[in-house]
This record gives sequence, structure tokens and C-alpha cells, in this order.
Amino acid sequence: MDLATDTRLFAKPQPAARRGAGDRGFKWLTLAMAVTVFVLIVLIGYELANGSNLSLRKFGWHFLFSSDWDPVSSQFGALPFIFGTLVTSAIALVIAVPLSLATAVYLTEIAPPWQRQILTLFIELLAAVPSVILGLWGIFVMVPWCREHLFSWLRRTLGFLPIFQGPIYGVSMLAGGIIIAIMILPIITSVSREILRSVPGLQREAAYALGATRWEATRIAVLSYARKGLFGAVILGLGRALGETMAVTMVIGNRPEIVKSLFAPGYTMASVIANEFTEATTDIYFSALFEIGLVLLGVTVLVNALAQLLLKTFAGPGVTPQN
Amino acid sequence: MNENFHQWRKFKNTFMQVLTCACALVVVLPLALVFYHVLKSGIGSVNWAFFTQLPKPVGEVGGGMANAIVGTFVLLGLAALVGVPVGVLGGVYLSEYGAERLNWWIRFMADVLNGVPSIIWGMVVWGLMVVPMKGYSTWAGGVVLGLMMVPMIMRTTEEVLRLVPAGYREAALALGIAPWRTALQIVVRTALRGIVTGILLALARVSGETAPLLFTAFGNDFWTHRLRDPIAALPLQIFNYGISAYDDWHRQAWAGALVLLLMVAVVNVSVRVLTRERFAARA
Repeated sequence: MDLATDTRLFAKPQPAARRGAGDRGFKWLTLAMAVTVFVLIVLIGYELANGSNLSLRKFGWHFLFSSDWDPVSSQFGALPFIFGTLVTSAIALVIAVPLSLATAVYLTEIAPPWQRQILTLFIELLAAVPSVILGLWGIFVMVPWCREHLFSWLRRTLGFLPIFQGPIYGVSMLAGGIIIAIMILPIITSVSREILRSVPGLQREAAYALGATRWEATRIAVLSYARKGLFGAVILGLGRALGETMAVTMVIGNRPEIVKSLFAPGYTMASVIANEFTEATTDIYFSALFEIGLVLLGVTVLVNALAQLLLKTFAGPGVTPQN
Repeated sequence: MNENFHQWRKFKNTFMQVLTCACALVVVLPLALVFYHVLKSGIGSVNWAFFTQLPKPVGEVGGGMANAIVGTFVLLGLAALVGVPVGVLGGVYLSEYGAERLNWWIRFMADVLNGVPSIIWGMVVWGLMVVPMKGYSTWAGGVVLGLMMVPMIMRTTEEVLRLVPAGYREAALALGIAPWRTALQIVVRTALRGIVTGILLALARVSGETAPLLFTAFGNDFWTHRLRDPIAALPLQIFNYGISAYDDWHRQAWAGALVLLLMVAVVNVSVRVLTRERFAARA
């Protein structure tokens, strides 16, 4: 920035009143833009509440606990979708949390710098892959592979568990869970990597000074110090998992049933909206879909708010970081 | 301390290092697989017709996604009109003005908004625009993508503006430049590359969004001439063709996926490489 040659900046002194007006105006303008985030969240809540009005009045709390989903007779209940969303998100967390935390540890504590750069770039790229492309890959590559190999292997080895019994179709809640896991791997990894990087070096040095090995230093001094932040990263991943739409819709089979087996097709809150919203014919049908959206919004906002609070208040147990 | 225990600790150390390395490889494995399959299945169908022709009716082989490619760029343009001014100016407020407490809440809300599922944005804009305008429209599709970009751009803009040294602001103010011109002509201009980076990444992210477009832009098998008509978009077309029952449409879905994936990847990689060079030069 070459200030000396930019003569426009040396403007003629302006009357104080006019200058004040420009400053005030600009400040209010930027303020107005900044507070749109509040307007947006209120707008989202209002639109969804408004849209689900009819369904709220007709079904009440029963909506959440009923598993009828019959547009023909106008009976609607969200339980199968809530069940599907919870099950797929749980599967995704079980797969993604250990993998991404281990990756974050590898990236911050173990890997040499050149590997760090490449792996970080790859993880950011994975985060950038559009959900619909992952879904396409899911339908044509992952689901057939799961059907032929993974699922039958699971049934042979873990078949004594009720969740791994029953016929194998390919499209299933398990396939949905795996796809969601792939989608939340990068976010949990990159957030926990940031968390681990913010752990002061002094922590590690203290552990090494006591004769710890590298893994012991990581476990005692880094992971336990960063517990709260890592938990925040996981909850943030959960928030994303709950709202994942396209990829899941393409591999979960879209059947509103509550079944024990993970090999059975299911349905999630986000995918029922994606599939049926444009086909809804009656007002009450629209309204029921809006109410599912309202439930989904409530859950994701709560989960995300919790994650943000954990991440923003993250600090070690009684240790002040020193620079 | 006996020797065995020492050996055990050393073994555990090596074991965990190998294990975490293996996990890192497993995490990037899906990326490699997706790229490999999209490239393999899509490359044969990316041809001149794909970029220049409209979709053919069911049963006829051939055709392309020209309207969807153009549609995606039209939607991104509209989205930028909505998202960029709001996001950048909001970011300026967060970095240059504001009380600590209010800013905390704005940041918090922006982060929460970033986590709102994209399908919900679609429903909201359907209620706000599609119902009153009595039909799916390009406007609605652009607005929904633009609104989704607002919190992303706001946060990245704030972050890069905070990197501008306070001395720049002080120097400008000492020269008698009005604070608002300092903010725009000194601070924003210094950080312009970072801001543009943030905008490009946000555009890359929403360019692949499908769920919010399902009931706003809706899709269209023909060219869209007016912004109040529905418009095709690449991700919508990939979705519709992908879940269809026709081999020729599957083939085109892979081709569309390849084009979209390359667009997103090129923006992401080039942005990261460029910014890394800049930081390396400064350090």
C-alpha cells in the first residue's frame, strides 16, 4: 500500500458536520448489515412456525411420537424420521469421531510438515466435495460394494447382534450413516486440529521433561488439556450430521419405518422434506413437512449453539496459556 | 522401572503413531475414491454436446447440460449480489466498530446460522418468495444461496480485517482521513485479497448446494429467459439424473459431477495455494 502517492486520500479538509454525517451513516450501514444475522434467524424460526401452524394445532405433541405417515388419510407423525436421523447420526459419529480425532493428533503432534500441508489440503478438498456428488458416488459405488462385501461380512461376524440381522438391500440406514460420516470427517478433523494447535507448547514440554514418550505427552498434556474443545468439535460434527440432506437421501432407501436392523432402509427428517415437499398436495401435508423442518431446526440450532459455546469458552483446566 | 515396562511404553508410542497415521490415510481415502470414480465414469461423457446442448427428452440418447451450467453461474451471480455486500459490510462492522458484547452475539449467531441445514433455508425462501410470487423462480434460487453466504463471508471478512495492523488505521486517521474512508480505503483495500478469497470459497461452497434449490430454483429442461421463471442448475441436474432409471442419464450425471467437482476443486486449490504463498512471503 503506497500511501504517499495516493493523493485522493489527502482530501481537502471537510466541514466537521459533513464528516460526522458520513461516519455515522457508514457505521449504521455496517451495523444494519451485521444484525441481519439476527433478522435471519428470527425469519427462519417465524417462517417455519408459521408454516407448521396447521399441523401443530391438529396433531399437537402427538406428532413427535406417532409413526403414522399417511398422506392419503392425512395422518402424520414424525417418529420414523426422528428415529432415522438419530440412528444415522449416531452411526456417523461412531465412525467419524475416532478417525478424525486420531487424524487431528497425527496432523498436529506427529506428522512432518510436508505431510501436514498435503493432508490438510486433501481434508479441505474433501470438505468441499458437494453433497450431491458424494451421493452419486454412494448410489453407484459405495452401496453396491457394501451390499456385496461389507454388509454380508458384518452379518457373518456380528450377526448375533439384532442390529446386524435381516435381509440386505444395500440402501440402508447403515449406508446413510457411512455417507454422513464421510461428510463430517473433515469438519471434526479441521476444528479439532485448530483446538490442538492452540494448546500451549509449554504443556508438551512439561510432559517431555518428566520423561514422557511422544504418545504419553499427547495423551496427558495435550488431549486432556483440550478435552472441552474437542468435545465442542464433535458436537459441531453432530450438528452437521443431523442436517445432512442430499447424500443421505440418495442412499438411505427412503422408507418411513422403525426397524431394528441397520441393513433396513430408513428415512431422515431432512430427506423426507427433500423428497416430498414438491409433491405435497394438501395444506396439512405441507404443514406436517414444515413441522418436521421446525423440529430439525430446533435440534440443529441447540446442538450448534452448544458446540459454539464449548469452542468459544475452551480453555485449559486452570492453566493460563503463556507466550 | 524395569526394562520390560520401558519397552512396553516405547512399543505403545510407536503403535499409536502408526495408528494415527493409518487413520489419517483412511480419512483422505474417500476423497481419492470419489475423484477416481467421478473421473473414470464422467470423462467419457464430457464432450462438446455436453456443454452446448439442452437435455433430451426421456428415451432419447444424447443431449447436454448447457442450460444447467449457465444456470449455476446465473444463480451464483444473484447470490453474490445478495451475499457479498451484506457479508462484507457486516464483517467491517465486526472488525472496526461495535461493542465487545454485541459483537460476541453477532459472531455467535453467524456461526449458528452456518450450521442451519441447507434444506431449511430452502423451505424458508419458498415461504418468503415462491409462495408470494406464485411460482418457482431464478430470483428465489439466487436469494437462498446468497443468504447462505452471508454468515460465511461475514466471518472470513472479519478475520482478514483483523490481520490489518492497527498502525495502518492510526496513520490514516493521523493524516485526517475520515474514519469511514479509513475503513474502506485503507483497511478493506489492504485486506482485499483475503476478502476475495473468502467470497470465492463461499461461492464454491454454495455452487454445489442442491437441497435449497429443490423448491426455489426448481430446475428447468430449457433455457431460462426471465428471472421469474425456474432455472436449471448443475447440482439439481446431477441429482435428478442420478436417481433416475436411465443409463444415459446416469452417464450424464457422472459427467455433470465431474464438471462441478473440477470447478469446486480448482477454486479451492488455487485459493489455498495463492494465500499460502502470500503468508510465506510475509513470514
